[in-house]
Amino acid sequence: MVLFGQFLEILIGGLLSGVLYSLVALGFVLIFKASGVFNFAQGAMVLLAGLALVRSLDLLVANGFPFWTAIILGLVFAGIIMAVTAWLVERFVLGPLVNQDGLTLFMSTIGATFVLEGASQMIFGSDVYPLRLFPTDAWFLFESSFPGGILVNKLDVWGGLIAGILVAGLAIFFQRTKTGRALRAVADDHAAAQSVGIPISWIWFVVWLVAGLVALVAATVWGTKLGVQFSITFLALKALPVLIIGGFTSIPGAIVGGLIVGAGEKLAEGFLGPHIGGGIEYWFAYVLALAVLLVRPQGLFGERIIERI
Amino acid sequence: MRSPDVQEVLLSVEGVSLAFGGVKALTGVSFDVRKGEIRAIIGPNGAGKTSMLNVINGFYHPNQGSITFKGQTRARMRPFEASRGGIARTFQNVALFKGMSALDNIMAGRTLKMRYGLFWQALRFGPAQREEVEHRHRVEEIIDFLEIQAIRKVPVARLPYGLQKRVELGRALAMEPDLLLLDEPMAGMNLEEKEDMSRFIIEVNDHYGTTIALIEHDMGVVMDLSNRVVVLDHGVKIADGTPDQVKRDQAVIDAYLGVAH
Repeated sequence: MVLFGQFLEILIGGLLSGVLYSLVALGFVLIFKASGVFNFAQGAMVLLAGLALVRSLDLLVANGFPFWTAIILGLVFAGIIMAVTAWLVERFVLGPLVNQDGLTLFMSTIGATFVLEGASQMIFGSDVYPLRLFPTDAWFLFESSFPGGILVNKLDVWGGLIAGILVAGLAIFFQRTKTGRALRAVADDHAAAQSVGIPISWIWFVVWLVAGLVALVAATVWGTKLGVQFSITFLALKALPVLIIGGFTSIPGAIVGGLIVGAGEKLAEGFLGPHIGGGIEYWFAYVLALAVLLVRPQGLFGERIIERI
Repeated sequence: MRSPDVQEVLLSVEGVSLAFGGVKALTGVSFDVRKGEIRAIIGPNGAGKTSMLNVINGFYHPNQGSITFKGQTRARMRPFEASRGGIARTFQNVALFKGMSALDNIMAGRTLKMRYGLFWQALRFGPAQREEVEHRHRVEEIIDFLEIQAIRKVPVARLPYGLQKRVELGRALAMEPDLLLLDEPMAGMNLEEKEDMSRFIIEVNDHYGTTIALIEHDMGVVMDLSNRVVVLDHGVKIADGTPDQVKRDQAVIDAYLGVAH
């Protein structure tokens, strides 16, 4: 019973932390779906959104704004920053590269990463800034069944809820609105999309804006967990195995991939760790991703790649 | 052969030249398309027919010459401006949104007709939602017209080629264009599919009064469908007139059959 309790606790904790990976992975999927570009800058966008939020929040609170007003104003400010970023990226990075090879676009997002990382720290500062948007204490569930109960972080539950709402909203937006349809259209065929009057530059702006807002949401949760700091950009590396497992083109895939990575690495750490030495958490996700690549290169939910020759 | 009812010029192409590096795709091509007619552009492979369509709909910008559409002359414009002005097109190698259903593909053709922006769409109720329903009605009419009711929820990648071409025509029709450009609407079709497609083209022209410019290889089809024909060879216009005139033109016969120099 103690072992089962421990298993349950690790599993729940793992699944919930996996959802937080999904939040970051979602940003990648959105841009990849709509433009076929693997956006290396997604991690930097999380950092930028987090810094814009936490710094404006601090400033507003210091000037005597009530906490909730400050949060709303701070979120609006960070949202505007992400919109400006989306516009700049479209205008100066992707716009001039329309119809270029995917690899060229990918390289340009690496360049954008360094610019975003540098600029955001130059403007907003490079310390560790604590963010307190969500409760960080824990619940202890089923204390009668298991000794000590099962520990569940409230922050992780919040993160899960937010991710769920976000995914449902995005799915509806993509499937049922004119702009959603236009996004899918651009991803499928540039020329055909242009022929029915879809302005590609506007669509790319919308995609990067949505990805920026997803980065903002990820920043609220991860910023509360770790504090807003440079190392938050490394989340992008954690999103990579999530994407490989779930598939680069699938929004549900990003969620399921996150859950698998989160639960997998925590369970491996908890149960394998004591036997083969600790630190498994840090590489387990990549091994999982490698295994998936061998069996299903397109990921669990990705579109099947069929080459016609 | 069918006869033109109206003489008003909808589109006129004046001295258009287009080169890719050293390769001359079009050299000083001029012709016009009258309102309400079906105009064919024919010529051997590599004659510059598709380049001509791409110039008209803004994919290519001509190096020289101008294009006058609905009385407005311009040297260059972007594709979405062309579609906003009322030019719709289909592609030689079907260019549909493969992951989407036939219905969604045709709905995408309504993009320009829908007015409400991101904000209302995100809300999922209110005017954007009503608008979506109104346009859905128009799209269903087009689906009925093209007789593709049975396949409207099927992802187009799974449809046979002939039906994909029909969906693509539907997407162009959904734009309610003034000028419809068809790039080889019957390429790769069997006889029955060709007859269906010919019928749709004639009906679109009769029923909606849409002006049509089409590229086609099947000479029988061209002679039956079109009011006037322009013939290109190596990027140069070699003949222009009714199907009968063109058929007897010595330059055209030489271009098609080859001639000893």
